[in-house]
Amino acid sequence: MTENRNIKKNDKKRDPRFHIVKRDALIWYKALGIRITAILMALVVCGVITTITTGINPIKVYESMFAGAFGSTRKTWITLQNTSILLMIALALTPAFKMKFWNIGGEGQVLIGGLATAVCMIWLDGKVSNAVMIICMILASVTAGMIWGLIPALFKAKWNTNETLSTLMMNYIATQLVAFFIILEEVPKGSGKIGIINQNSNTGWLPQLFGSKYLLTIVVAVIITLFMAVYLIYTKHGYEISVVGESENTARYVGIKVQKVIIRTMMLSGAICGLAGLLLVGGINHTITTTIAGGEGFTAVLVSWMSKFNPFTMILSSMLIVFMERGAGEISTNFGLNHSYSDILTGIILFFIIGCEFFITYQLQYCKKTEKKEEEVA
Amino acid sequence: MKKKLISLLAVVALTVGTLAGCGSSSEQAPAGNDTENAADSDESAAGDESAAASSVKAGFIFLHDENSTYDLNFLNGAKEACEKMGVEYVVKTNIPEGQECYDAACELADAGCNFIFADSFGHEDYMIEAAKEYPEVQFCHATGTKAHTEQLDNFHNAFASIYDGRYLAGIVAGMKLNEMIEKGDITEDQAKMGYVGAFTYAEVISGYTSFFLGARSVCPSVTMEVTFTGSWYDETAEKEAANKLIDNGCVLISQHADSMGAPTACETKGVPNVSYNGSTASACPNTFLVSSKINWEPYFEYAMGCVADGKAIDTDWCGNLETGSVELTELGSAVAEGTQEAIDAAKADLIAGKVHVFDISTFTKDGAALESYEADVDTDADYTPDHEVVSDGYFHESGAEFRSAPYFDVQIDGITLLDTAF
Repeated sequence: MTENRNIKKNDKKRDPRFHIVKRDALIWYKALGIRITAILMALVVCGVITTITTGINPIKVYESMFAGAFGSTRKTWITLQNTSILLMIALALTPAFKMKFWNIGGEGQVLIGGLATAVCMIWLDGKVSNAVMIICMILASVTAGMIWGLIPALFKAKWNTNETLSTLMMNYIATQLVAFFIILEEVPKGSGKIGIINQNSNTGWLPQLFGSKYLLTIVVAVIITLFMAVYLIYTKHGYEISVVGESENTARYVGIKVQKVIIRTMMLSGAICGLAGLLLVGGINHTITTTIAGGEGFTAVLVSWMSKFNPFTMILSSMLIVFMERGAGEISTNFGLNHSYSDILTGIILFFIIGCEFFITYQLQYCKKTEKKEEEVA
Repeated sequence: MKKKLISLLAVVALTVGTLAGCGSSSEQAPAGNDTENAADSDESAAGDESAAASSVKAGFIFLHDENSTYDLNFLNGAKEACEKMGVEYVVKTNIPEGQECYDAACELADAGCNFIFADSFGHEDYMIEAAKEYPEVQFCHATGTKAHTEQLDNFHNAFASIYDGRYLAGIVAGMKLNEMIEKGDITEDQAKMGYVGAFTYAEVISGYTSFFLGARSVCPSVTMEVTFTGSWYDETAEKEAANKLIDNGCVLISQHADSMGAPTACETKGVPNVSYNGSTASACPNTFLVSSKINWEPYFEYAMGCVADGKAIDTDWCGNLETGSVELTELGSAVAEGTQEAIDAAKADLIAGKVHVFDISTFTKDGAALESYEADVDTDADYTPDHEVVSDGYFHESGAEFRSAPYFDVQIDGITLLDTAF
């Protein structure tokens, strides 16, 4: 810190080398160019760091990352499935963020939806038919997620409580409820896990589409994406959300009931998260654990913001994140590198991607004394 | 101000980038050579191996990576066995106990593995799912309970008679207590041990009971308190649990959970500790007594050998002291005199079948001997007891006719459970 200050003091005496100026609006292909450059630079830095620290050829690392995500038919399906789940959660959070409601409770909303699903699968087993059970699971998970979104929204709307804290705390409540349920229903006794629910009868397992385990999740995600795009861009609700997000006072002035919008939007947000929980428990894992959401509720925040709330951009960003995760696993398998290593690579790539937004919004204007700067770089 | 700081950072980033770029080009060449050399030596080594071993390709699925003592123990066993047999192998680490395990197993099968192993209890159901899908691939799972009831030809459970190891470790603890009593540090009534467990699961109950019986076989006045953390790996909770036991007056601690929490708490307070899964002597030089562990190398060698020879793998395989699956580490510097001799004698008795860990004459339940006990050997949601496991005067733990994973879940007299929430 002190060093920085000293340099800055020195700086004051001289002319600044460049200014940072806000851009008006960047033409789309230039913005795209900056983003692509950022990704390329990120890959170069990752490669350099890989070579320096491990001595492995970075091209091979990239090859195996790609193989990890798309190396076989199954791997491609899994990548698409994981992308779909992350995408759904990001889409769920988006209307809330657009409204400037900091919903970081996606994790809990997913978890409680999953818990509701698991409860139906276990408690209704043998009591109702498979179709009735699946309908109950859908209703229960969506309602549970909705309630988990509604509670912080009510508090925010009525008493203006801080939603960042309340949504975050709701995550812990959901985790503890799941932990409690696991102890209640664990098999075998004392093991602290439930295992695959209805493994032999498959009751309550969501149906496979066209004989594929992975397709259902993907189809649901596509539907939600289209729905959310239309909802945000073309509907009155979507417009109200944007206005509330821009300025609550303006919204009030034009006669929008801000409280109502907050509550409605958070219920929608929670409901879609609950649906993601349904797919995770009923369609994919067929079990419930406290970590079944796997931090996706938080990663989705990143996806949503990185995409500037555009549902279609979110497809790409969630794909990128999942690609990194899956590729990372493959690296640790092929090169015997620790899993943390892939976290480092992911960190570098995200740093560049998020950092490039700065150059899209601002530009550097160099001053006349450019030689000096070059000296320093060399 | 801010802008200047940012511009400064940008320049620094550029400089670092350039420097890093220079460094890379110089290092690339030797690195490339190294890998080539390694590939060459690999090929020559593979040439010497028998055709049978090269027909095996092994895939391993681990819950965590080498940072967990539990997984490290498996990882070492896998490496050793594969290198010894010249088997090609793939390791997948950090696989959670969910659909990811099924995916990982299928990916390994897709990649041509014909022997696939998973190490965590929660992986079992997903391994079974994968086993149904790939009938020609052999799936093996440690600590699981379902192989004998699922009746799939290609799904197998494995464990080891770790209660023998715990019993021997208990003798080390008992000897230490005797030494403390002789020295006058504690009275006979104060010989109370503490035990940090994960869950009230049969594997844990079997573990602490055998440890306790081992200690009582040399120190008759010993008692024990057990507490549970509700997690297999929670360093803080394990440390707190150990501290609580020490404050309760426990003069020796052991644990069945995977972190360094309890051993480090003991080292800080100077209380002797009996460890699990491997030696903690380097971190706890003053208080480490001994550690029991399962060596998985013999099992891997056995199972992969079966795959190579086209033989069936046992549905339930339970290693023991004789197969080298159950081991004690070297003794710590704090053990009592004569400990090694006592262990050697007890080990010989156990192998010869002269002594049984769960001999019903050595313990009571509610004041009465355990003449008969129906254990929940076949896993089901209601924990229905289904097999009589007491005969010939002892409790048949991990018996060949039942299953390899422990099912001893009797609360015997002399052991106090502090909390059973988990």
